[in-house]
Amino acid sequence: MIRFAWLQFRTQAALAAGVLAIVAVVLAATGPNLVHIYDTTVASCAAQHDCSTAATAFTDTDGPLQVFLGALVLLVPLLIGMFWGAPLVSREFETGTFRLSWTQGITRARWLAVKFGLGALVSMAAVGLLSLMVTWWSSQLDKVSADQFNPLGFGVRDIVPIGYAAFALVLGVTAGLVLRRMLPAMLTALAGFIAVREIVTLWVRPYLFAPMHKSLPIIAASPLSFDQTPTGITVSESARGVGLPNAWVYSVKIVDNGGHPPTTTFLNRACPQGNYGPLNSRDCTARLAARFHQLVTYQPSSRYWPMQWYELAVFLGAAVLLVAFSFWRIRRPLS
Amino acid sequence: MTAVIETNGLGKRYGRKWALHDCTLTIPEGKVVGLVGPNGAGKTTLLHLAVGLLAPTSGSITVLGGRPDDSSAQLARVGFVAQDTPTYAGLSVAKHLRMGAYLNASWDSELANSRIDQLSLDPRQKAGSLSGGQRAQLALTLAIAKRPEILLLDEPVAGLDPLARREFLQNLMEDVAVHGVSVVLSSHLIVDLERVCDHLVVLFGSQVQLSGEVSALLSSHYRLSGPRREPSTMPSNQEIIEESHTDRQSTFLVRTDDAILDPAWTVKPVTLDDLVLAYMSQARGPGHLQRPALGVVS
Repeated sequence: MIRFAWLQFRTQAALAAGVLAIVAVVLAATGPNLVHIYDTTVASCAAQHDCSTAATAFTDTDGPLQVFLGALVLLVPLLIGMFWGAPLVSREFETGTFRLSWTQGITRARWLAVKFGLGALVSMAAVGLLSLMVTWWSSQLDKVSADQFNPLGFGVRDIVPIGYAAFALVLGVTAGLVLRRMLPAMLTALAGFIAVREIVTLWVRPYLFAPMHKSLPIIAASPLSFDQTPTGITVSESARGVGLPNAWVYSVKIVDNGGHPPTTTFLNRACPQGNYGPLNSRDCTARLAARFHQLVTYQPSSRYWPMQWYELAVFLGAAVLLVAFSFWRIRRPLS
Repeated sequence: MTAVIETNGLGKRYGRKWALHDCTLTIPEGKVVGLVGPNGAGKTTLLHLAVGLLAPTSGSITVLGGRPDDSSAQLARVGFVAQDTPTYAGLSVAKHLRMGAYLNASWDSELANSRIDQLSLDPRQKAGSLSGGQRAQLALTLAIAKRPEILLLDEPVAGLDPLARREFLQNLMEDVAVHGVSVVLSSHLIVDLERVCDHLVVLFGSQVQLSGEVSALLSSHYRLSGPRREPSTMPSNQEIIEESHTDRQSTFLVRTDDAILDPAWTVKPVTLDDLVLAYMSQARGPGHLQRPALGVVS
């Protein structure tokens, strides 16, 4: 059965190999240039005392290609689910060839096992390879951005795309098996994959590990922002400027030792406001720092790999559940 | 005589509609069996049940003594050509043969290749560009080369022109003669089956109406015509299958195992076509409830 599945699948495999080869050539051609720019600007920026300009300039290098590669790794699993997984079984129903393949000398379960096995293996290998190449290509850029948990970046680097690919393929095959129509199966694979990806990104990934807390003093560089609200003035701080590179900062709160935020009365006194923020920024920060500190809720950068593995496991687990359901479904008599 | 297919009260229901109902049937070994009935009579359902593509709602079926389930041992013994002879449009003839070899432990590749040669099919041609007749032949080759003990063909000639029909059936008969395989062949046209079948099963309205040896069927049915006569006055050993009356004349199609002795009748033999039509209209007609729905002649 494996040889027969391979017979049916050679064209797609050749196509996938071709795409991977083209991407590899493009990355191999542009990658060394990125390293060169990194070495000549960012790596030596300390000597020129202007690292932020160098960093910004560097992260803008090959901008369109960066976007394209991100989109490629993001979309390929979805395309695999829609255009390979979904038709894999539903087309056999639509063209009636299931009556041919299911009456050869092998069982339906074995037939399905090979469809799943070969499909999942090849998609995982292809997407894994793609992700590996893109991760390699982007390594300096990622180092400078120091934002590895960025939702747009986390899902298109390292190993999680492998889980997405396996899940997308299995979802497509399962939808085809249940719906027996190609178009509805494709749409199900599309909607289902996007929905699960979103749910995991928004509601699973943040809760995989309990976040850590850290108290940091308020310093001059802390990007405080003041808001006039109906109940008075408030102060907050954006999560980005907190100075924990590569960490995933959930929130930053300005609180005193008792955990209370500054009162409106205190802020009015300590940080009288002009049209564009505090009238005296330095005094304001000093007065705040004297009684308050920043309480940061975050995932430390060291949790990047555990999270990659956990999310990979979540998607592989979901794929296994779908496979189990499909085997149960295909053993049930057809109606 | 061993049975290749035996069903007992077999039924398959889709929603509230029975596609096949209370079907009790024995198909003997080594025969070419014609399964006749109009579209929707349950022919495909019966064949799909026999090959294990469907599971029965009620009753039981055994094929070659085994239950048609999803086991490779059972699948290997049954060759199946599905309706519309499905093939993979994108795969060449040669790749179909490789598929057969990969998926069937008992694959006879010599037989497959020589059949393709004989049919002068181009092995490199994609199945999608074959003519209906060629595709049917390819499907038959795949089913035969796995060397099954029974071959089930679901309306294999329905889409073919008369010449291709004849060639296909001739080919099939040659294979049957050489390999001694039992065959069940369905069609909604009796003319397709007349020449090749030695056993007939008539399905109508999801039920078996008639089952028996063709020769026995023909020799036990007569068309009688003579002066008008009420059906109730007919002898009890003559079962009336069909009757028609004018003011002065009556015509009956009867089944009897005894000779027709009444000199008032003009006795004519029946054709298979007459017989099938008579049983079908009997099943449809208002009077069929009084008589047994199933006629078995062996």
